[in-house]
Amino acid sequence: MKRVTDVKMKKIWLTAIFGLVLPFTAAAEGYPDRPVLVTVAYSPGGATDFQARIVTMMAAQEPYLGQPLVIVNKPGAGGQVGWNWFAQRAKNDGYQLAAYNIPHFIAQSIVFKTKYNIDNLEPVANWGADPAVLIVNKDSQFNTAPELIDFAKKNPGKVTISGAGQFTGHHVAMLQLAKATGVTFKYIPTKGGVKALQRVLGGDVTAGFNNLSDSYRSRDKLKILAIADLERDKDFLPDVPTFKELGVEVDNSSVNFRGIMAPKGTPPEAIKTLSEKIPPMFQDKKVIKKMKAGGSPMRVMTRDEVMAMWKERQTYLTDLLKDLKKK
Amino acid sequence: MEFLDYLPQVFTWTNLSILVLGTVGGLILGATPGLSPTMAVALLIPFTFQMAPAPALILLGAVYTATVAGGAVSAILVSIPGAPANIATLLDGFPLAKQGRATEALHYCFISSFIGGIIGVFVLIFFTPVLADVALQFGPSELFWVAVLGVTVIGSLGTTSVLKGLFAGAFGLWISTVGYNPVVGEERFVFSEHLTGGINIIAALIGLFAIPQVLTMVEESSRPGSVEMFNMEQHKLLASFRANLARVKALVIGTISGVIVGIIPGAGGQIAGLIAYDQTKKFSRDKDTFGKGQPDGVITAESANNAMVGPSLVPLLTLSVPGSPTAAVLLGGLLINGLFPGPDLFTVHAETTWTFINSLLVAQVFMLVFGLTISRYSRFVTRIPNHVMAGAVTVLAVFGTYSVQNSMSDVFVMMTLGTGMYFAAKFGFSPAPVVLGIILGPIAETNFLEGKLIAESGDGLMPYFFTGTINVVLVAFCFLSIGYSIFSELRKVKKQREGAA
Repeated sequence: MKRVTDVKMKKIWLTAIFGLVLPFTAAAEGYPDRPVLVTVAYSPGGATDFQARIVTMMAAQEPYLGQPLVIVNKPGAGGQVGWNWFAQRAKNDGYQLAAYNIPHFIAQSIVFKTKYNIDNLEPVANWGADPAVLIVNKDSQFNTAPELIDFAKKNPGKVTISGAGQFTGHHVAMLQLAKATGVTFKYIPTKGGVKALQRVLGGDVTAGFNNLSDSYRSRDKLKILAIADLERDKDFLPDVPTFKELGVEVDNSSVNFRGIMAPKGTPPEAIKTLSEKIPPMFQDKKVIKKMKAGGSPMRVMTRDEVMAMWKERQTYLTDLLKDLKKK
Repeated sequence: MEFLDYLPQVFTWTNLSILVLGTVGGLILGATPGLSPTMAVALLIPFTFQMAPAPALILLGAVYTATVAGGAVSAILVSIPGAPANIATLLDGFPLAKQGRATEALHYCFISSFIGGIIGVFVLIFFTPVLADVALQFGPSELFWVAVLGVTVIGSLGTTSVLKGLFAGAFGLWISTVGYNPVVGEERFVFSEHLTGGINIIAALIGLFAIPQVLTMVEESSRPGSVEMFNMEQHKLLASFRANLARVKALVIGTISGVIVGIIPGAGGQIAGLIAYDQTKKFSRDKDTFGKGQPDGVITAESANNAMVGPSLVPLLTLSVPGSPTAAVLLGGLLINGLFPGPDLFTVHAETTWTFINSLLVAQVFMLVFGLTISRYSRFVTRIPNHVMAGAVTVLAVFGTYSVQNSMSDVFVMMTLGTGMYFAAKFGFSPAPVVLGIILGPIAETNFLEGKLIAESGDGLMPYFFTGTINVVLVAFCFLSIGYSIFSELRKVKKQREGAA
């Protein structure tokens, strides 16, 4: 036992020393020659923060950035405080980055007067994608999504669906389901996904949209009816059908994408370095192992792929949320 | 008795040294204003990436235990609650310190924390299966009534006049609505850009308690002759133990309140301490001594907030529903080590889980030992001259506030509230009801709105909020609490009139 710890301690020391020495050797090669800050717009300990800390843990190592990515939390107003600050005040010298959540920040920029939108932010890379799943309590009378939808059709306004707050992936999934089926559901926004899950477990609501990862962990107390993505999840929930398979037109617009972005005006060389070195860093064996252990589904995407995804979401959400406002 | 089988696992050199490190570090972190237990645990999680699951969880558990107790140190010595959980400790702890009884107050604080903490962990060990489902019984309507019950104690908290207490509480409730509402998604009362994020509870806590204290210190030290230095009585440890254990009523009320509040998801230590304090005061024969240095106040508050730690893990470990904000962060620590809450935890991962729970027991012992050691040196803090102290507290207050969410806006909010509080205090208002308002406001509001949405598509508002055993019991408690306050206030007025006549 003791020997194992010694080896481990040595490893920690080595990493620490490397962390101190490397900056001076790397400095000659240019950007980045000092630690880079990453703003997380949610509180420490939340899913976004927790994943951001894991995926950035290898940054200081070669062949990645050779400099640590330091997480700074600026929570508040569902992410608006941190992102407003980032779009408005963050220096665009390549040393200030932020974590993004799609569709949250795009939806917010459409509905609210925010200082940020996809035009003043530059994507770098995407690390994760957590699709929303439709869940009901284990004791619920519903065993499939069509049963729930039929019931909702016959009892308008009686079906409540919980989700993590306004204009999040869960909310978008509910809006899409309502639009596709022509049924009205009552959306119960809660403060965070854990609270929304608790409402389903406690039988306070009829159903809920929640993160695949969190629902999977509580699967012995839930029935997972459908997944709001283009394909089934082969790793965690191979038996759960997608909405499309059930004949309901709900695509992957509600999938919660997480990644890293920079403010507009960041030097192109810096963006180039980051977008080349960060995706392989997300795919480091150690990162993948920790993410798997935490039940956090990964989806690494390059800058170009993310850019296309942002644009697509912007068009779609503008349309979807416009519908909502008319009602 | 399964936990006994795994007890020896805690006593390896690695685990013990981690426990010592976590406890001492936790006490120091807890005593630092702005670094609440939630923050401390959240910041430590990345450090556990390189560790094996058992030591990692032991570290987090030890820090959770020790920070909750450590927050009392700054509350007692310099009148800044280290965390929201320590507000109730401050109400009598700081007056005790002013009377030169700081060491004694700290002794009570750590002894009661130890007793409450141990009982809390035993509740976790023995009653987890029974209590797990209780946590789920608390839906929006039940939590709304819990918050209302909290509101009913506002008036009697740390102030001489019920009316002033209610005013202060109402002010707290109002400013808690500033910012973005998570249910409706609208911004309210955002007059300035600095308010977009709402009023952060830690910022308000530091401002309301510390800044008036600083200004008073400056005021007093500029008046020659009235420089008040704490006289320090050295207090014998044994005497403290004896005195503490003799105050059974305060201990029992504190521990029971802590256990109950711990199991209710989303309530947390801040409410545990205040509810225990209020109940102890109501059951006490000499109510007038509360707020002026009554040891019962410290004992009940500290036994409550540490008794909360164990039970707050009950819903977390079984249903992955955290019983307190800190437990919510701890969930991240569990997940990263591949420990998914649920039945697996006690079967597949039994060894890690039980080692973790057992280490919480051992952490209580370390917390007691190191806490009492720190208490001996508290006299150095109280000997610092007022003008130096004022400077030091200001630095701590600004630093602590900024570090919560790296926001200068929070510092402005802290300073504004603090300066306002200094003047309000001259008119007999006290900060505790304001803070309680800020804590309870969002719980009452979001749960009411959520409940309203659910009720509208179900059986309607009245049946939803007024039926169900827990709802009815809580409503009854609310009425009892209000009735008792009115009754005792009338009796007091009558007594005063008779005295005058």
